[in-house]
Amino acid sequence: MTGTTRLRTAALPAVLAAAVALAACTPTTDDSSATSASSADRGRLAGTLTVFAAASLTDVFGDLGDRLSADNPDLDVRFNFAGSSALATQIVQGAPADVFASANQPQMDVVTDAGLQSGNPEVFTGNVLEIAVPAGNPGSVTGIADFADPDLTLAVCAPDVPCGAAAATVFAAAGITAAPDTEEEDVRAALTKVQLGEVDAALVYASDVRSAGSDIEGIEFPEAEKAVNEYPICALAAAPNAAAAQAFVDLVLSDDGQQALAAAGFRPPPA
Amino acid sequence: MSLSARVVVQRGALGLDVEVDVADGEVLAVLGPNGAGKSTLLRVLAGLLEADDGHVTVDGRAWDDVPAGTRLPPHQRSQGVVFQDALLFPHLTVGENVAFGLRAQGFGRKSRLESAARWLTRVGLDGLADRRPRELSGGQAQRAALARALVGDPDVLLLDEPLSALDARTRLTVRAELRRHLGEFRGSTVLVTHDPVDAMALADRVVVVEAGRVVQAGPPAEVNSRPRTDYVARLAGLSLLSGTGEGRSVRLDGGGVVAVAEEATGPVFAAVRPESVALYLSRPDGSPRNVWPARLVGATPHGATVRCELAGEVPLVADVTATAFAELGLLPGSAVWATVKASEVAVYAR
Amino acid sequence: MTARAPGRLETAVRRRRGRSVPAPLLIPAVVGVVFLVLPLAGLVVRAPWSAIGPALAAPEVGQALRLSLLSATLATLVSIVLGVPIAWVLARSTARGRSVLRALVTVPLVLPPVVGGVALFLVLGRQGIVGSWLDGSFGITIPFTTAAVVIAETFVAMPFLVISVEGALRAADARFEDVAATLGADRWTTFRWVTLPLVAPGIGAGAVLCWARALGEFGATITFAGNFPGTTQTMPLAVYLALQRDPEAAIVLSLVLLGVSLVTLLLLRDRWLGRSGAPIA
Repeated sequence: MTGTTRLRTAALPAVLAAAVALAACTPTTDDSSATSASSADRGRLAGTLTVFAAASLTDVFGDLGDRLSADNPDLDVRFNFAGSSALATQIVQGAPADVFASANQPQMDVVTDAGLQSGNPEVFTGNVLEIAVPAGNPGSVTGIADFADPDLTLAVCAPDVPCGAAAATVFAAAGITAAPDTEEEDVRAALTKVQLGEVDAALVYASDVRSAGSDIEGIEFPEAEKAVNEYPICALAAAPNAAAAQAFVDLVLSDDGQQALAAAGFRPPPA
Repeated sequence: MSLSARVVVQRGALGLDVEVDVADGEVLAVLGPNGAGKSTLLRVLAGLLEADDGHVTVDGRAWDDVPAGTRLPPHQRSQGVVFQDALLFPHLTVGENVAFGLRAQGFGRKSRLESAARWLTRVGLDGLADRRPRELSGGQAQRAALARALVGDPDVLLLDEPLSALDARTRLTVRAELRRHLGEFRGSTVLVTHDPVDAMALADRVVVVEAGRVVQAGPPAEVNSRPRTDYVARLAGLSLLSGTGEGRSVRLDGGGVVAVAEEATGPVFAAVRPESVALYLSRPDGSPRNVWPARLVGATPHGATVRCELAGEVPLVADVTATAFAELGLLPGSAVWATVKASEVAVYAR
Repeated sequence: MTARAPGRLETAVRRRRGRSVPAPLLIPAVVGVVFLVLPLAGLVVRAPWSAIGPALAAPEVGQALRLSLLSATLATLVSIVLGVPIAWVLARSTARGRSVLRALVTVPLVLPPVVGGVALFLVLGRQGIVGSWLDGSFGITIPFTTAAVVIAETFVAMPFLVISVEGALRAADARFEDVAATLGADRWTTFRWVTLPLVAPGIGAGAVLCWARALGEFGATITFAGNFPGTTQTMPLAVYLALQRDPEAAIVLSLVLLGVSLVTLLLLRDRWLGRSGAPIA
């Protein structure tokens, strides 16, 4: 009984994925022509563009979305900002998205393994960890070694989420055993606790420190380079608005897009 | 352990202002229609409701003194209260219910359960101490409630329609037992009821309360035979006529004259018992001095008799035998002649 | 014996007919049950059953489960101790401002739990009004401790108990309290000897709701208590984090939590609720 059940559940996603991939194949083969069209024919885009993007991209993508809809008055750009894994799950479950921007490779893999991408995902930016401390640095934190201090109240991300995996990497590189008080479910939750002054330090992304404003100070540290987090983006095969999807991806990869990302604390993708 | 009280309560439409005095060992029945304020009076005596004015004094001690600001909370009053529904605590056994008051006074478990068992025997519930209240009949529950109220030997016993939730047969037996227990009780008892039979059977004295005021007070027999309001007269089953005495006759306020056997002067009541009224289809000859034409407006069978309501110059109630009722061929609206002997009319000053 | 048999049969038939549910009630009831049960069935069907055994054996899962049961039970006890008196005040007192009080007490029901967690920080956190005093005077910090889990769960779950118990108090016949008073019991004694036993089924039902809510609590807990295995990581937190990485593991953990809570509630119903569940006349 259990054997058959297991077999069925294991087979089901594969069947679904194959079916979706087959259906998606035909309309997206000529997306290279769509690319050139979108930049040339400004203002031609219309309808609704739905972008699923990692929460850390909220501010930058919001600006880029505004820019795109300013150029295309008939285009309505909508965002779904959430954790990359939640977004990946939603897309696999059939959410009507045009673009997916993930904060890490594994969650993009969830989508590409299901064959839902249109063209290959491209890494458009990167993010490194930074130590966030409350304004004034009440815990007198100076570097990554302080995360081994049991007397400090410290927050990191849970190992299950990307920033937690990155944290484990930098701790290993620094050769310390971290003594965190809490393993947060995402970067924003860790950041909130710094903002409230409830922790002395948290390990978050540089872009998060930048977006948090003046009540948080960032401390860079060399081991961060050991865990550069890469952000892939792709248009989706089942995109209801394929032209706009490609236009948005192009915008993110353009010089304008890259400048916006750099201003928000992201670093350029590896060449 | 006498009780003396004046209770004034103003609650919406009800304005209650009554005085009651109950001597040691005396049972006072407060009789009145629903909504007259009887239960309100009882709740004030029990301390469950705050009076707007007046006092409650028991054996010289002030339970309530509104002008002086004295108010003894209910749990500090030496009282036992029996409510219409027995209200035995459903989560306790019958024995624990009866022992509740002793428990509140701090008696040990053994001694209070012994007292409870003794009282259960006294009220005829021998051996039911371990039952749950829901396993008792209505009559048994009310007996247990009485035992619960009396177990602490209170100064005052308050009974709020203690029999009215019982069926007619049970009521008879419980009433007889209650009478016995009240006879043995040394404190003052106030019995609130709308049933004149309860008042007659159980009380030493009756006060009749209507619309928040005492309208009549006295021994049950006197209240029964000489009603002063239509309500009391109806309870007693009498026709009450008010008028002015003019020697051996009474000129009724509503018109007509009633011949009476005693001398009467000034404002008086004339009361006629229904069984002393005779009905005829034609004007009878002979001696009765009170003969009035009337019309039959209602007839209710009462055992072997039929109670006939008569409308006319002198409104009366007559009891005739069922046979006579049938022989006369009476129907609602029938014209009849009613006669009453002068000696059958009770006359007393208003 | 034989003479009585038909009579008994007759009453049995009548009773069964009396119990049949009218269609206008039956149809929505069935739809409702399906609606409630189907997502659960989805979890069960989708579950990799072979993974359940290893999941139960995994020390982190046992740890999270123990912490969940412990903290939910403590939160329920705290809720009973604080919530029953609140319910009494709401149901029995005639003081003004009761409706305002009721609205305030039920605020956690409508407040998003994450906001509740932040609100708890503002009071009990290191920088909070009470928390900074606790820290300064006694060196006690509450956030990121098991105590914080209990506090967060109590905050979110207690309104369920208060509302249930208030309803039970309103439904209970207050005349029993009058009787107790006339028998010499003061209000506190009356409350303990009469009111409390009368509303015990309501308290039981409220405690079950409260416990279930506390057991499933996520938002306020992860905000105020954080997430650390062994001290603050309860099952819902473990489920959420597993969902980030491995949805199947999350389903397994959810089923473990569901199973344990169902078994607990069924045992409680038999042992405790069943006895006092008798109707009160």
